Amino acid sequence: MKKSSHKNVFKDGAISAEFVGNSIAKHQTKTSIGAHNIFLGQVRADQIDNTTVAAIEYTAHEEMANAKFHEIREAAFDKYDLTCMHIYHSLGVVEAGEICLFIFVSSKSRKTVFEAIEYIVERVKKEVPVFGKELFTGVNNDDKTHQWKVNS
Amino acid sequence: MIIKTTYYGLISEITHCESEEIAFEGLAVSEFKTLLFEKYPLLKGTVFQLAQNNTILAEEATITNHEIALLPPFAGG
Repeated sequence: MKKSSHKNVFKDGAISAEFVGNSIAKHQTKTSIGAHNIFLGQVRADQIDNTTVAAIEYTAHEEMANAKFHEIREAAFDKYDLTCMHIYHSLGVVEAGEICLFIFVSSKSRKTVFEAIEYIVERVKKEVPVFGKELFTGVNNDDKTHQWKVNS
Repeated sequence: MIIKTTYYGLISEITHCESEEIAFEGLAVSEFKTLLFEKYPLLKGTVFQLAQNNTILAEEATITNHEIALLPPFAGG
């Protein structure tokens, strides 16, 4: 079977503010760009029954997920006049309040990036095989330790 | 044929393993699912999709690959 050689979108653990900042800085040489748009997905401390989500542990069908990210990326470039685009998703444990998804699109003008970011985020949520185990805080012996997140 | 079957997320909690080899003589996705339900009755009440070659398989599709993945609902982002 043909193994995929798509770019790896995944990063171990949370995506840091420094990483996002450095990505922005790297675009200062690309002076045909007039508008950037960034989407950051953050882990929410949801209240569930008597407990709270402390973190999400992400796993994925990595080969299929990277192929899907590639397909979404190609479709976005076909559909919108983008100069560049970057996607990063976390694997492993990401604490509540930390960033787990970073999507960065750039173009000549604002309208393009507003539309493109929504298109990309919606497709990622719906089509990419990433799974999230919501780990609960303050778990006692008989308590449920986790539940599996489902995108709505 | 022998199908390398891989389980993800919630599905791997039901099967108590992440991957195994399953002997399967049929072709249809529905037949393979019947076999899985016999092996793991708890899967019957669980939402999942089958994927082959990095593509989701429709219920009426045919299994042509020796590697199948069972995917629970997605939770990316």
